[in-house]
Amino acid sequence: MKKTSKHDRILLAHGGGGQLTDDLIRHYILPSLNNEVLAELGDSAKLNVDSNSLCFTTDSYVVKPLFFNGGDIGKLAVCGTVNDLAVAGSKPVALSLSLIIEDGFEFKLLEKILVSISKAARQNNVSIVTGDTKTVEAGAADKIFINTSGIGVKLNGVEMGFERIAVGDKIIINGTIGDHGMTIISQREDIKFQSQLQSDCAGLAGLTCELLENTNGIKFMRDPTRGGLAATLNEISRSSGLSIEIRQADIPVNPTVQAAADMLGFDVLTIANEGKFIAIVSPESAEDCLRICKNHPLGKEARIIGEVCQSRDVPVVEMITQIGGKRIVQMPYGRELPRIC
Amino acid sequence: MLERIQKAQNLCEAACKQLGRQINIMEVCGTHTVSIFRNGIRSTLPKGLKLLSGPGCPVCVTDQGYIDIVLQLADRDDCLIATYGDMIRVPGKNSSLEKKQAKTNVKVVLSSEDALQLAKDNPEKTVVFVAVGFETTAPATAVVVKEAAEQGVDNFCILSGHKLVVPAMRALLSAKNDKIDAFLCPGHVSVIIGYGAFAEIVEDFGRPCVVAGFEPLQIMEGLGEICRQLAAGKAELKSIYNAVVTERGNIAAQEIVAECFEAVDGYWRGLGKIAKSTLKLKDKYSRFDALTRFNLTETPGEERTGCRCGEVLCGLIEPPECGLFGQNCTPQEPIGPCMVSSEGACAAWFKYGGIRTSG
Repeated sequence: MKKTSKHDRILLAHGGGGQLTDDLIRHYILPSLNNEVLAELGDSAKLNVDSNSLCFTTDSYVVKPLFFNGGDIGKLAVCGTVNDLAVAGSKPVALSLSLIIEDGFEFKLLEKILVSISKAARQNNVSIVTGDTKTVEAGAADKIFINTSGIGVKLNGVEMGFERIAVGDKIIINGTIGDHGMTIISQREDIKFQSQLQSDCAGLAGLTCELLENTNGIKFMRDPTRGGLAATLNEISRSSGLSIEIRQADIPVNPTVQAAADMLGFDVLTIANEGKFIAIVSPESAEDCLRICKNHPLGKEARIIGEVCQSRDVPVVEMITQIGGKRIVQMPYGRELPRIC
Repeated sequence: MLERIQKAQNLCEAACKQLGRQINIMEVCGTHTVSIFRNGIRSTLPKGLKLLSGPGCPVCVTDQGYIDIVLQLADRDDCLIATYGDMIRVPGKNSSLEKKQAKTNVKVVLSSEDALQLAKDNPEKTVVFVAVGFETTAPATAVVVKEAAEQGVDNFCILSGHKLVVPAMRALLSAKNDKIDAFLCPGHVSVIIGYGAFAEIVEDFGRPCVVAGFEPLQIMEGLGEICRQLAAGKAELKSIYNAVVTERGNIAAQEIVAECFEAVDGYWRGLGKIAKSTLKLKDKYSRFDALTRFNLTETPGEERTGCRCGEVLCGLIEPPECGLFGQNCTPQEPIGPCMVSSEGACAAWFKYGGIRTSG
């Protein structure tokens, strides 16, 4: 990769639209994300997509720290948007990439992030087809912010929605919860503690497509990111008008994550994930779904964690605790962890 | 594990049957409160056994008058306020530290050492450490006061709100709530003061005191042990938290607290003035006492209108009985401290118990 030799840090002028901007794009960004559509550097990308039905999503990434065990802001920016497309029942095709960079940001860090973006895009079979770069004065952003938007092609015959969820449906998760959120907080400068924690940051499209193509009982999917399992299950319960009962003993949690959450007073159900999905499936297809998950690297620890049930009064999420007690799982009110994604 | 839980449940049921009346057991530790709710322990207990969440959350028991002094100091340009994070959202008369934080002279610290370091890093300001907590956090405050004295960090001082658990338990039994049959005693506090410290409650008031840890099994077995005693008409002192709690506790920690602090009468939210229940810096360290330094006097503060945190803390009412609960007072927009602190009884009810619904 050819470097802009004179600078080792981003300058405001790198966003000025002149020679330095051109250098940044041609010498850093294009080589990292090499593909024909992007290389045209047109005002918009032209995609050849044969489908009547597309999914389109966007997300911004402001995670702090930028680099953490198991990932970085670049990998997150690709996987996060890929996952939003994946759980909507589509196969991700193309992403946009917008970088907002603070004056003074080191080129070597930018390069590291771009390499990571490129690797994640390759692994998830998506291309970065259009993008934008802006620089802002020191203090106007915190190092680098990234926005990605994504387009996915809806899988044939896949229909999912809250209205399809019924009493008796099983709730499947593809692995341990809380890994991303606890990793991030353990690596915050103001709290840092030594741990073996690792973010679960991963693109789920491979697994979700396999599930949707090979089974037909999946009613709904969502990735439990901010707000964790608690937020996602509450959204599902509220929107479907049905209650949900989960069993603590069946929810996979990495013991290190549990210990860290206990130490800091967090409820692991409310901690963010970046490589997990919840699937609501018909009882008949639950075992098939579980088998497919367990044969995939991102679903080895998949479990059925509970069921959809009739609401007594208002729809609620309840958990049978390990000692056989029962408690409400509330919608988290979301102050605990700022900037985790 | 389930077998041992079953055994504890059987003891609870037997006691309820034997006594033929409601049994009230109070936990006086915020961590117990959270664990009880998080693990759904109440739902596993017989109907006749009621758990009361007592004055065990440091933020909750801190009197409004103390909060108002902190806010008053936060308004001074020559001060930096160093506080543990859970104090920051407690509303005062007109504001909260969180709102003052925008003015950048309020800093959240994770330890007393961080507060002292803040003073060293900002020699032009006086750092006031908001020193709250029970016997568990008092030793850490004592350590930094001694360090500040030894190192001559004169721009450091503390506003001591440290509280002692046993005097509060005495006050509860003496006046406010004599319905309490027994105490599930705090694990962390007992590590410092030793389980022997609760002997006076057993001897003077005839109430069983059992120290337990925070795992659901420990709590259940603690309740089981209490019920065994109640059914047998006994009141004994016992610790089942053997891994970390001894009879005499952490002597070194007790010594450093005794060197720096003396117990004086102090104000508690809901409980009022309790004799020898609050830690004040001894005269030889008085220059590190924010009250002395800024010539302030702590007076009992007024509760905010409608807030019944005081009654909640005494086990007189359950949070949903407060008219504000879940309506005007929620974790997002708290009015009382029991809804602010994650260890507060109201926050635990709201989060794990659900809002009161018809039926």
